[in-house]
Amino acid sequence: MSIGTMLLQLGEGMLTTFSIFALTLIFSLPLGLAVAFGRMSKYKVVQAIMKVYISIMRGTPLMLQLLVVYFGPYYAFGMALSSEYRFIAVIIGFALNYAAYFAEIYRAGIESMPVGQYEAAHVLGYTRSQTFCKIILPQVIKRILPPVTNEVITLVKDTSLAFVIAVSEMFTVAKAIAAAERNILVLGIAGLFYYIFNFIVAFAMERIEKRLNYYR
Amino acid sequence: MAVLQINHLRKSFGSNLVLDDISMSVEKGEVVGILGPSGSGKSTLLRCATMLETMDSGDLIYSGEYVCKNDGNGKTVYADKAQLKKIRSMFGLVFQNFNLFPHYSVLKNIIDAPISVQKRSKEEAVEEARQLLKKMGLADKEDYYPYQLSGGQQQRVSIARALALNPQMLFFDEPTSALDPELTGDILKVIRDLAAEHMTMAIVTHEIDFARNVADKIIFMADGLIVEEGTPDRVIDNPRNERTRSFLAKMER
Repeated sequence: MSIGTMLLQLGEGMLTTFSIFALTLIFSLPLGLAVAFGRMSKYKVVQAIMKVYISIMRGTPLMLQLLVVYFGPYYAFGMALSSEYRFIAVIIGFALNYAAYFAEIYRAGIESMPVGQYEAAHVLGYTRSQTFCKIILPQVIKRILPPVTNEVITLVKDTSLAFVIAVSEMFTVAKAIAAAERNILVLGIAGLFYYIFNFIVAFAMERIEKRLNYYR
Repeated sequence: MAVLQINHLRKSFGSNLVLDDISMSVEKGEVVGILGPSGSGKSTLLRCATMLETMDSGDLIYSGEYVCKNDGNGKTVYADKAQLKKIRSMFGLVFQNFNLFPHYSVLKNIIDAPISVQKRSKEEAVEEARQLLKKMGLADKEDYYPYQLSGGQQQRVSIARALALNPQMLFFDEPTSALDPELTGDILKVIRDLAAEHMTMAIVTHEIDFARNVADKIIFMADGLIVEEGTPDRVIDNPRNERTRSFLAKMER
């Protein structure tokens, strides 16, 4: 195999990796907020359900969760599995898993807000949703950026777990090439790819943090 | 008609009775100083009056409009949401530790509620905010963020924020307690100026001299009761109740 073909195949894998990464964030960041609200709900039943959900997502391997999402519909309902469903299953599995982690980060952030901020907003006549969107959330975002960055970086590396249901993201491709060509260099390239990817993520998050440093 | 009328307010936290049958009123243009040892219930009284706490029983009335009133069985019933929203715009509250919004500039802290709660135009809100800042001696600080200001300046911003909603009445919850001693004078002066403009105010404070100076009426509280009530001359200088006397003696030392 020529270097060119190798890089082309790796490139396709990178595209898949990036898609998993981006789609997971797009779905799990808002879903996490919904889960956090459920976790803090005044209804005990909702609270309990979210607690169990978070506990399962954090307590079992993501790899296993992906298998369940992928094979679940077949074993539970006898549904036929199309090959496009592989990728969809990866996104569903990742989004559900990461939403649980984000939910706990959001919750910690929201609960760390001083009660005086709510009281001031209340006395000034802000509605509950105005209070949350204008007063609480912007301050929460600033507080939770460091732990969110951690999760996002972990996600970059976790994308390789998609191999378990044979979605050919970059690492799957690299491993296949390394085996076929008996060439370990390609794994080095894969490692470099993750490193550069995360370097960019860290850089971007640092920029956002700096931008939010205009107040304390 | 009184700006604020409270009848037979009772409030417990669990089995702990914090306010026991409190009745008081504040007339238009009147300044009421609320004194008393810690744990006497004065902050809770303020929090019930400003709807940060719900009352267990009793009536709360602003200029004849009911926030809540007793039903026949001694339980208090609150008005509907629209009514509460309307009444909430009739008073302002200045907190002990300011509670400014740290992510908003000084100007934005003041104009945001007039714009997003009262739906006033931005131009109008900004113009009024600038006048208020000038009055507070902070005309050059509108682009600062709260963390860049001293405690005294932050407290003045929070007074301006409360005034920007044009309330009929202002509450102060120990407005100088979180400040360094040398900064309390600024705040007391601002309140004195407001009193001179006949702003209706209720002030919980530990500053006895200030209360004597600025208040038309003093309410002295202990153990959830109003122990004594009257002019500063009556309550501070000639207290009749033993609790009042011992408190004032301790404060003077």
